[in-house]
Amino acid sequence: MAEFALPKNSQITGGKTWPKPAGATEVREFKVYRWNPDDGKNPSVDTYYVDVNDCGPMVLDGLIWIKNHIDPSLTFRRSCREGVCGSCAMNIDGQNTLACTRSMHDVKDGAVKINPLPHQPVVKDLVPDLTNFYAQYASIEPWLKTTSPTPQKEWRQSHEDREKLDGLYECILCACCSTSCPSYWWNSERYLGPAALLQATRWVKDSRDEATGERLDNLEDPFRLYRCHTIMNCAKACPKGLNPAEAIAELKLKLVERQI
Amino acid sequence: MSNARAKSMRTPLGRVRNLGAAHSGTGDFWRQRITAVAMTLLIVPVVVVVIMLLGRNQAGAAQILGSIPIAVIMLLFVIASCWHMKIGMQVVIEDYVHNEPLKLVAIMANNFFAVTVALASIYALIKLSTGV
Repeated sequence: MAEFALPKNSQITGGKTWPKPAGATEVREFKVYRWNPDDGKNPSVDTYYVDVNDCGPMVLDGLIWIKNHIDPSLTFRRSCREGVCGSCAMNIDGQNTLACTRSMHDVKDGAVKINPLPHQPVVKDLVPDLTNFYAQYASIEPWLKTTSPTPQKEWRQSHEDREKLDGLYECILCACCSTSCPSYWWNSERYLGPAALLQATRWVKDSRDEATGERLDNLEDPFRLYRCHTIMNCAKACPKGLNPAEAIAELKLKLVERQI
Repeated sequence: MSNARAKSMRTPLGRVRNLGAAHSGTGDFWRQRITAVAMTLLIVPVVVVVIMLLGRNQAGAAQILGSIPIAVIMLLFVIASCWHMKIGMQVVIEDYVHNEPLKLVAIMANNFFAVTVALASIYALIKLSTGV
């Protein structure tokens, strides 16, 4: 059966409360998931106090402040700090999102609770192992596939056809959507998940691509595609405001369309 | 992460591609929508018929169901709902039952159950409506 409880070695126990920064006039409490693969202990949730007058407004600013001022062992991914790279995706106050674009002041009621993206193996602290997620992206072959002779210049596309890719090409592969999807939690080894399927739609809808049927063939599967039950957590989670559920519905429609 | 994934030395892409696409699923997806629309259209007349049947004895029920349009509506509803039930339950089984032998048995039992319920209901409806 699907696993509804965490394995014993993943259950959260205790956690350290770090002292409040000396001299700070205004602090914000952060409760952060910690797990170290090297110490053999269960995960814990550590409590930190961030001096909000000494750091930027975003949750990522708070994490960087903690790493610089309190605990250099706190591990998380980050790069662009402006919602472009997708590295700092994590679960903040129960919602998968990017730490760099979520203001800590938007998190109401008490502590800012931070966990790694749900239902993925953890490498350390807030760093999930996204190997399977990236392999699923590779499996939809996200590149232009053509048989016609390559033109002298570029493959041409009308403005109207280009507009059809809006809402699809903006995906930054942060994995917020896939890891918020219950279908993906239960069947991530067979269901491709919203992110990979949104990208599949992007290539199915690209007017320059000549492998549309082949792409649909590779998606037509009770698990790869049809595990999507339009739960819509993906659209709620997407920090770029995209709608993977709608993109998946378009794939299903195209599969029906070619049969009737 | 499952133990199988942790222990396997297969590449991640090999694991994702696995046995390839089944090239099916659209049929069930489409039939689930057809039966849903059919049930939406049929539910009002079915409820009306059920209200008409309330408090009547077998002879009274046989008289109402003896009407061809009413019998057809009831038969269509039984077929649509049993088909829908079978597909929906199979989706639930595929979602949550990961043990392969148990999954096969559950899907088989689901098929048997849906067909049995449908045939029993159809038999009862025909028997009542024809008065045999």
